[in-house]
Amino acid sequence: MTVAFDEMTNPDGSIRPAYAALSRWLKEVPPDVLDYRRKEAEFIFRRIGITFAVYGDSDAQERLIPFDIIPRILTNLEWQRLSRGLEQRVKALNLYLRDIYSKREILRAGIVPEDLVYQNPAFRPEMNGQKVPHDLYVHIAGIDVVRIDADTFYVLEDNARTPSGVSYMLEDREIMMRLFPELFADNRVAPVENYTDELLATLKSLAPATSSNDPVVVVLTPGIYNSAYYEHSFLADRLGVELVEGRDLFIKNDVVYMRTTEGPKRVDVIYRRLDDDFIDPLAFRPDSVLGVPGLMSAYHAGNVTLTNAVGTGVADDKAVYSYMPEIVKFYLGEEPLLKNVPTWRCREADHLKYVLDHLNELVVKEVHGSGGYGMLIGPRADKAQIELFRAKLKQDPGNFIAQPTLALSTCPTFVDEGIAPRHVDLRPFVLTGADRTRIVPGGLTRVALQAGSLVVNSSQGGGTKDTWVLDD
Amino acid sequence: MLSRTADNLYWLARYMERAECLARILDVTQRLAQLPAAYGGSTNEWTSALLTAGCDELFKQVHGDEVNEANVVAFLAFAPENPSSIRNCFEIARTNARSVRTALTIEMWETINSAWLELKRYSTKSMTREELARFLSFVKETSLRFDGAAYRTMLRNDAFWFSRVGMYVERADNTARILDVKYHVLLPEQEHVGGPLDYFQWASILRSVSALTSFHWVYRESVKPWLVADLLILNAQMPRSLTSCYQNISRYLDDLAAYYGRQGASQRLARTSLTKLGNSRMDDVFQMGLHEYIDAFITDNNRLGGAITEQYLL
Repeated sequence: MTVAFDEMTNPDGSIRPAYAALSRWLKEVPPDVLDYRRKEAEFIFRRIGITFAVYGDSDAQERLIPFDIIPRILTNLEWQRLSRGLEQRVKALNLYLRDIYSKREILRAGIVPEDLVYQNPAFRPEMNGQKVPHDLYVHIAGIDVVRIDADTFYVLEDNARTPSGVSYMLEDREIMMRLFPELFADNRVAPVENYTDELLATLKSLAPATSSNDPVVVVLTPGIYNSAYYEHSFLADRLGVELVEGRDLFIKNDVVYMRTTEGPKRVDVIYRRLDDDFIDPLAFRPDSVLGVPGLMSAYHAGNVTLTNAVGTGVADDKAVYSYMPEIVKFYLGEEPLLKNVPTWRCREADHLKYVLDHLNELVVKEVHGSGGYGMLIGPRADKAQIELFRAKLKQDPGNFIAQPTLALSTCPTFVDEGIAPRHVDLRPFVLTGADRTRIVPGGLTRVALQAGSLVVNSSQGGGTKDTWVLDD
Repeated sequence: MLSRTADNLYWLARYMERAECLARILDVTQRLAQLPAAYGGSTNEWTSALLTAGCDELFKQVHGDEVNEANVVAFLAFAPENPSSIRNCFEIARTNARSVRTALTIEMWETINSAWLELKRYSTKSMTREELARFLSFVKETSLRFDGAAYRTMLRNDAFWFSRVGMYVERADNTARILDVKYHVLLPEQEHVGGPLDYFQWASILRSVSALTSFHWVYRESVKPWLVADLLILNAQMPRSLTSCYQNISRYLDDLAAYYGRQGASQRLARTSLTKLGNSRMDDVFQMGLHEYIDAFITDNNRLGGAITEQYLL
């Protein structure tokens, strides 16, 4: 494996310009001060209750995501390039979904294989031929990006369902400003605190035609036992809208109402943080008590906007991902500004053969997996794991893709041994409204805290960092 | 506001208030039980504590007839099988708070969350009297902080009013229960029975509603049982008296009605109770029978709780 690109320090020991002020500061500040501030940060997170739940780990019902106090820095120029690419990509995702649920030109053109749509568990036949408000499907997208060298960013994954993590982006910044005001005096950091205002403007712009001039927006949560509950309540609070559970809503004459102390009140836009399967027991899983019976029929009647739309999962799994460059070209007639990680589709025989021959070099992922579960990291796996995946691959090749083990970039991180480089990725959040696209500069940087580890997922011990876009 | 949010706020306030009341009951009971028998100290005090907390039946199911300091303290403070133990009050309060975080201020949430984290440090098994005393003052402080945080930081809107109504409905219930369990030592002026033996009982009643000092300021004489009853039932200056609770309940329910532009059953019931308290004189109350009077009050108070639920919380 090649040596990873470090975002602060060049191989010759010189410091990249964006990190100049930070590097000076890191040299001056005594380690015990850093340690003290780290503990302070953890104390604040714990007291505010910024926690998440790890499924299958009952002892740690509420855990903190570790927060690293050293920020990750991007220049404005890097960000401009990135954000143009993100906007283009999300535009293509929206056009793709509109096409898949209407004319399916991309299938007829033979660009995306039909079975990737029809046999995809996230494909929702209920959405066929249904018009959604403003023809938009993915209003809130989280696009995971990794960096390989000074110039190359790859998209690692598109999250078009209910991407989470934005509360950490916002809280990390708040904590950093509280703990290290001197750093913000030395660096001109683009603010992110307007994210929730941008989100509210986006959600209101998406209101259905039948709503009043001042549409009523709510956040729909599965409830306090959901792993991202903190984020749901945080967002509702910052948006200044009600945080509802399924039981707070009901449908009458295809209109959605919430139960309030003053009687029923009409709801126009639902920012739902509940998977498709659970939103309406009449349309999907009948055993779901989290959803709202009849919601889909109100949705089809055009009386409510669901963000994101139902059925967006058909655009963000890892098999479709490999076609994203073609999808961008097909709908926009442009070259993709952001590259994909080179990907082998195990559904194709020659790709499968290559993957089976190189299992010890590759990362193999399940097409529908997420959260870093169910994947093989070849160079780190033992023989038994490799053989297990070989068997799985042979049994159901279509369920897997493979990618080279990327040398993800590293950033200085404060760990037990002191300051050391750790691998990072980035999840910027792209908001698509009926009026325009909005992206606040930065996003959520996730960091693998174990030396050498490439797994940044919070469910697997990854941490987060504040992400700075310098205004240069 | 969502009905569920209002419901959570209402019960959150009730559980915080209940936790404090339990802490006071335990505090006072321990004090009384330690007195020499000649001063009225007796082991029956632990039974009284269970009665006041309203969980004597449940206690019986769990512990049988074995009533002593250790198992009553454990039951009222920590027992998971007692839905109203202090620990459960805090647990429920925090669960409610989590699901209505958007309706709470940061200060209120942090008070509840810190208390919940702190609670894990106390274990029921090996608690010395000193530790128990520390625990009880922690509970009382938490309730004070929560109340203060709510009073100082919440917007004056329906969220605030629902939580206030919850607090005062619970407080009225608690005061009434304390009176109900001890009514036999509270006698009208004409009957000079009891005397010094009961003095500590009267003082303990005052202590359990933190009114021993207030008593002297209000009446400027030594503790007399009919005055204790007067203070806790009719005296509007006393923040835990039934009258004071109902003045507040009625006021905050009226605020809600004005805000929503509609009066309902709960406003009418609260006004009726308040008028009844306003027209009462202690002589008449004793005439009618203190026990009967308090009993009727508890029933009315429960009915009001039901009306509030029906009108707003479903």
